[in-house]
Amino acid sequence: MTLLHWATISPFLLAILIPFLYKYLRSIHTGWFVLILPVVLFVYFINFLPITSNGDVVKEVVPWVPSLGINFTVYVDGLSLLFLLLITGIGALVVLYSIYYLSKKTEKLNNFYVYLLMFMGAMLGVVLSDNLIVLYVFWEVTSLASSLLISYWFHREKSTYGAQKSMLITVMGGLSMLGGFCLVYVMAGTFSIRELIANVDLLTGSTLFIPAMLLILLGAFTKSAQFPFHIWLPDAMEAPTPVSAYLHSATMVKAGIYLVARLTPVFGGVPEWFWILSGFGIITLFWGSLSAVRQKDLKAILAFSTISQLGLIMCLLGLGSASMYFGMGEDYFTLAILAAVFHLINHATFKGSLFMTAGIIDHETGTRDIRKLGGLMTIMPVTFTVSLIGIASMAGLPPFNGFLSKEMFFTGVLRASELSIFSMETWGLLFPILAWIASIFTFVYCMIMFFKTFTGKFQPEKLEVDHVHEAPIGMLISPIVLGSLVVVFGFFPNILAYTLIQPAMAAILPSLLPDGEVFHVDIYHWHGFNAELFMTFGVIIFGTVIYLLMKKWTKLSIYMRERDPLNWFYDNGVSGTISGSQAITRIQMTGLLRDYFAYMTVFIILLCGYTMIKYDAFAIETTNLTGIDPFMWVLTLVFIAATVSIPFIHHRMTIVIVVGVLGFLLALLFVVFRAPDLALTQLLVETVTVVLFMLAFYHLPELRKEKFTPRFNIVNLLIALGVGGLVTSIAFSSFALGSEANLPTIAEFFIENSKELAGGYNMVNVILVDFRGLDTLLEVLVLGIAALGVIALVKLRMTGREDV
Amino acid sequence: MKPNQNQIKTNDLMLNTVTRFVTFLILSFSVYLFFAGHNDPGGGFIGGLMTASAFLLMYLGFDMKTIKKALPINFASMIAIGLLIAIGTGVTSMLFGYPFLTQFFEYYQLPILGETELTTALPFDLGIYLVVVGVALTIILTIAEDDE
Repeated sequence: MTLLHWATISPFLLAILIPFLYKYLRSIHTGWFVLILPVVLFVYFINFLPITSNGDVVKEVVPWVPSLGINFTVYVDGLSLLFLLLITGIGALVVLYSIYYLSKKTEKLNNFYVYLLMFMGAMLGVVLSDNLIVLYVFWEVTSLASSLLISYWFHREKSTYGAQKSMLITVMGGLSMLGGFCLVYVMAGTFSIRELIANVDLLTGSTLFIPAMLLILLGAFTKSAQFPFHIWLPDAMEAPTPVSAYLHSATMVKAGIYLVARLTPVFGGVPEWFWILSGFGIITLFWGSLSAVRQKDLKAILAFSTISQLGLIMCLLGLGSASMYFGMGEDYFTLAILAAVFHLINHATFKGSLFMTAGIIDHETGTRDIRKLGGLMTIMPVTFTVSLIGIASMAGLPPFNGFLSKEMFFTGVLRASELSIFSMETWGLLFPILAWIASIFTFVYCMIMFFKTFTGKFQPEKLEVDHVHEAPIGMLISPIVLGSLVVVFGFFPNILAYTLIQPAMAAILPSLLPDGEVFHVDIYHWHGFNAELFMTFGVIIFGTVIYLLMKKWTKLSIYMRERDPLNWFYDNGVSGTISGSQAITRIQMTGLLRDYFAYMTVFIILLCGYTMIKYDAFAIETTNLTGIDPFMWVLTLVFIAATVSIPFIHHRMTIVIVVGVLGFLLALLFVVFRAPDLALTQLLVETVTVVLFMLAFYHLPELRKEKFTPRFNIVNLLIALGVGGLVTSIAFSSFALGSEANLPTIAEFFIENSKELAGGYNMVNVILVDFRGLDTLLEVLVLGIAALGVIALVKLRMTGREDV
Repeated sequence: MKPNQNQIKTNDLMLNTVTRFVTFLILSFSVYLFFAGHNDPGGGFIGGLMTASAFLLMYLGFDMKTIKKALPINFASMIAIGLLIAIGTGVTSMLFGYPFLTQFFEYYQLPILGETELTTALPFDLGIYLVVVGVALTIILTIAEDDE
């Protein structure tokens, strides 16, 4: 265990201590103890900056299950470090925020911080792991922790609904991802991402390449809320606001982005990867921004906005993967990767701060509904300022960082439309158009969020709290820090260029870099009058027009429907699965023994019949048969007549007697076939059995002592005929095939040795007591158990009427 | 089998008398079957069933109380004794270093019987005989005695 491993699992270790800290140090808000850890980790990870910016990596291995190739390998390169700093940095800010957000008196802080630390540790594990299985383990822990945090206020029905939904969707994706990882292992024989990238030829030639890719992408898409799996994210807004800010904007939803970026060197460069990522990304961007406009709740707007921005990043990663197709020659596409990484950072900063300000507004006014809010500008000036910065950045206005990444995004999609690969010449034009429309709607919802909350008339009569005022300073620190980062990255975008962004790009596209070279990263505001700038002008103009016409289109019915229509599929899917399985159980589990017996026999008929047909095992052998004596004919005919008559007899007593007749006939058959011991035993056993039957009749309840008529049932007849036919044909076939095989029987041995070895002439008895005495011993044991069972059933009956 | 209170008890003189004689015949035949098992049809299982039939006939011919007095045997413990004997035979061979249930036989000059074959299979068969008698009678008597 190296320091890096300890760092990865340190949140879990601290989580163990939290309940004790909570219980024994009640006077101090538990969050303060938690706060130390992300700060320390952040500082620790800062130390890796010089290493990764030099292009070096850190790799430490701890064996976990070496025999299966599963090792807890941590790996730090530019991409991991970027995420590590996001997780720990925003984690620290969120913990600080939560200290002021959650009351120490009324909330169960021990639960909250245990879940939060669990999540933080899992997230660190996801981005640090080099081993796919370890990554998967941490991945599922993030799903679990996320569900626990969403249902933090578990007494609310909506919280548990949201938690269940996010759990079902993300775990579905997680499991399919595990399937993808296994396929990768089948192809390459290793779980290590490093080794996969080194041996990428093993994968690209395989037929499993596309299935593995699709399964892994399903996992990434469900986690990162891509269309059509985004529906869990708006419902996850029932979580406390620090959770929304941390998990559902800055870290967990970016786990899918991380995975896609991490596996780009493995799967990138093929048309499918390019199309799935950029296609679904742009659809998510479009759909998310369109849906966000309809929302009335601040956090719901932010949720759909997050979905939309994640789609943007995903689309950029897809476009950037085209650079692997071209090689270093066309650096437009490395620009798309640059934009993706840069927007990832920007989004984490402004979305985190926006969630926190939304939380402050909720905390201070008691509502997040934009129809009730208004005129908060003068009442909450700090919140207003921070929100303004975040919203302007989200809308893509200069001079904030959102403007820069959006300009680069426009460049990416415009270049994509000029591509001549992957049949982009026909569909490529859709990209800039969709991106542009999505940006307009992004601008519109940003304006709605800003103006409806902070301008207009203050409406205290609609609010439940008496006195609305600015939040305490402690709650404001985190959004202020994030807001100032937005400004700093906006004015000085290049401070991150070679410390964070370039190493991350190098990690995403390692094959493109010759040794000792780095990607050229230069982010600047002024590009000259080019298409991107005019697109931005268009966005501002059209967005403003649409916002000004808001009174008109808010009357449209579509604006009223806040819920995403895709929820229809989820809700009906879940309820359909439940009612469907209930229906199947009702049909199948009738509780009637005759039905189960029918299932069993039909199954046996089908299984044996299919096997015999498949292996062509039907055979009839007639040459080895001996002749049949006349009295055997007679016996057989009587036997058949007695058997056939049983179903037509209407009286139980008669049936018992006929069955007894059958038994005695069987004894006769044994005589005919020269088996005196068997004949004797059969005779005696049959007699005793008939006596037992008679005894049992005596105990039938009085009411039921009536004649019964066997009902005719065609299905039962068919099943009975099927079983009989099957067993007969198996007997014929095995006789025929057995005589073909011509193996010597063991009977020869017994005939020769029964006198010599066991000293007896009655071979049957010698076999029973000597050669195979163990069978006999256990058979009499069975008899003894049966007798004890009868005693227990009859004598030890419960007195009274109580059930056992 | 079960005395019916509603009826006046009939006088089964014929049945009783015949039972007295026939039971001896059946019992001696069952003992013959048991000992003949090694070389002729018969053995513990058949002998046991035959003995059980003889007892059953006694139960049919007389009433329960009488037979219980005449045959003060606990058939359930008979099962246990039989199993112990059978397993004991098997374990004995282990004591001499042979596998479980190895059987031995030897010929001896016995006073009255002349040259006779004695085999360890016989005690084993005796165990089986006792279990079978015990089981058959336990089951039938338990059900027959049940009043509910």
